[in-house]
Amino acid sequence: MQPIHLATVDYIILLTYVAFVIGIGWALARYMKSSADFLTSGRSIPAWVTGLAFISANLGALELVGMAASGAKYGIATSHFYWVGAVPAMVFLAVFMMPFYYGSKARSVPEYLQMRFNKPVMGLNAVSFAVMTVFASGISMNALAKLLHLLLGWNYDMALWICSAVVLIYVLKGGLTSAIYTEVLQFFMIVLGFAPVVWLGLKDVGGWSVLKGDLAGVAQNPSSIGVNGSTFSPDAWTSAWKPLVAGSAHNPMGVDWFAMVFGLGFVLAFGYWCTNFLVVQRAMAAKNMTAARNTPIIAAIPKMFFPILVILPGMIAAGLAFTHKDNYRLPPVAISASAFPGAVAAVQAASPQTTDADFDTISKAAGKSLDKSKVAAIVTDNSSKKLSDVEIADRLQDAVTENDYDSVILSLVKKYCPAGLLGLALTGLLASFMSGMAGNVTAFNTVWTYNLYQAFFVPGKSDSHYFWMGRFITVVGILLSIACAYFASHYSNAMDVIQLVFGFVNAPVFATFLLGMFWARATGIGAFVGLAGGISTSIIFHSLTIAAGNVPGIKGGYLGVMQTFPSEMAQNFWLASFAFLGCFILTLVVSFLTKRTKTDEELKGLVYSLTPKIKDQDQPFFKRPAVLGTVLIIVCIILNVIFW
Amino acid sequence: MGLDIRWPIGLMFSIIGVLLVIEGARFGASAQALNININLIWGVVLVVFGALMLFGAIRGGKKPPTS
Repeated sequence: MQPIHLATVDYIILLTYVAFVIGIGWALARYMKSSADFLTSGRSIPAWVTGLAFISANLGALELVGMAASGAKYGIATSHFYWVGAVPAMVFLAVFMMPFYYGSKARSVPEYLQMRFNKPVMGLNAVSFAVMTVFASGISMNALAKLLHLLLGWNYDMALWICSAVVLIYVLKGGLTSAIYTEVLQFFMIVLGFAPVVWLGLKDVGGWSVLKGDLAGVAQNPSSIGVNGSTFSPDAWTSAWKPLVAGSAHNPMGVDWFAMVFGLGFVLAFGYWCTNFLVVQRAMAAKNMTAARNTPIIAAIPKMFFPILVILPGMIAAGLAFTHKDNYRLPPVAISASAFPGAVAAVQAASPQTTDADFDTISKAAGKSLDKSKVAAIVTDNSSKKLSDVEIADRLQDAVTENDYDSVILSLVKKYCPAGLLGLALTGLLASFMSGMAGNVTAFNTVWTYNLYQAFFVPGKSDSHYFWMGRFITVVGILLSIACAYFASHYSNAMDVIQLVFGFVNAPVFATFLLGMFWARATGIGAFVGLAGGISTSIIFHSLTIAAGNVPGIKGGYLGVMQTFPSEMAQNFWLASFAFLGCFILTLVVSFLTKRTKTDEELKGLVYSLTPKIKDQDQPFFKRPAVLGTVLIIVCIILNVIFW
Repeated sequence: MGLDIRWPIGLMFSIIGVLLVIEGARFGASAQALNININLIWGVVLVVFGALMLFGAIRGGKKPPTS
């Protein structure tokens, strides 16, 4: 895709946003007087702010870019990540788990585990979380830098380092509060930046019913837009459940309903939303228990409607590509800059009829698989009237058959946004990356400072020492994220990679929390063995299974392939299911075999059966978390039924 | 924590909204955007949103914040 030219107004909008996020950090700097202020916000923030920050921290690169990508590849089935894989877990967190996180006065999620079990369990969770969160931050930053390179022609390294610097400045100055406040700003930026693009796209395609018709065509012939080799029933892109229930061969995701509901809906969703400190940290910063419990609920409301903002564009792109509206096609994977000269030369050297040998030479030089008829057309045109090198290069790029799904949302922005709106949409994209990055860094610096550094390495120092460490590790965290970004630049679909990492670490962990919070008999040794065993189960499972079409290696199956799954997603969801079960069973069994080390009194406030129930009766009916949660679940079910 | 976030949000979107309105007024409807003057329309939406936020911030200074 050609780099987009930004007008002055676009740069002004971009710089305005950067000025404001840095300004917020600066304005908050004077309130940072202790490590608690810097790392945990001192529990002072209203629910609507923590609620929007909760969802915004999650709304990183992966959502806008990855969901549009998945929307093009899989259609409305992608909404399962929201209606099955998020809202129920968020409601559960709000109603059942926040009382323990907030009431225990733990400063982080791992710290809850220390209070409930012991230090080793906490340490295992803290280390795996720290690694995962830096990884996630790096992936997000890599996607951002790649996008800016593609969109604006900015140098990848420059984009990476400059954006990291902006986040570093406002987080270093204002700590968690700065991250939370800017996340709210970023939430509105993302919504208001992308709503017009989605609106224009929907209008252009002719509305939802026309889009449904186009997508029926896509479903019956996905290879016409380069998406998939098989064919599916006409509703495969617009019906969320029917193709799923029909079996893994009948939907483009290659997943069966059980893996979706249990693997994603229960294990991965609850593992992420209920135990991932990135989001839970925002709820823990709320000013009181009610605000803390309502935070995930407030967050779930926009979350439920985000498919319109993030998935629909992908579906629109697929529809537009199918009808070739205004010659639109799904963006092709980029031919590397170094390959162009050789490929152009091969075109110029080809005979006018373009023999098979000619075609092979050109394809090899380009390094990508090309569309034969398009290449032949270039050669024919070039022989009748000599084309410029640039023109040949552009047409070769268009001849690439493989799609770059992560560029789908960008291609729509480029298509519809005039200068002005372009700056807004681009800034919205930037905002989504920054909110993810800052969220990960603030979660990382808290877990490191309190749960690794203070707990294991250097306890008993003054608070100003830990305050200093919090700031120091913020810098280190950003640098580590940059390193991970360079590592991540070698993987094509960020979404699949992050699901894999999450699966390894997250799936088992929810079993630990579930048993810890709801079963007083769970012991520290049981929890540790369970957690370690669960992570091991993930690794072993991955080493023995592979997805169809993948070669054993980094994608799994490197110890031998015992099971082949129809798709990587299916493999991930089953991996999660097994890891969860492994952790659950091990924790259960080993707890029975070991003695409890904590008395009922010590576990008060940490376990459901030993904690006085929160009286919501004095709250007005519509403010009670349980009531609001029930309403949300009902709405979610209705949405599922509408798009059944 | 000493800063009502509605101030920066309101201010920023008002500024950006005005920028878009100016752009829309200068160039009119865009062929790219299906011949709609999207900058003007959306610019107005942003200014209204920014104003609502600022209004909330001004009033918020007088009442105790709701949970």
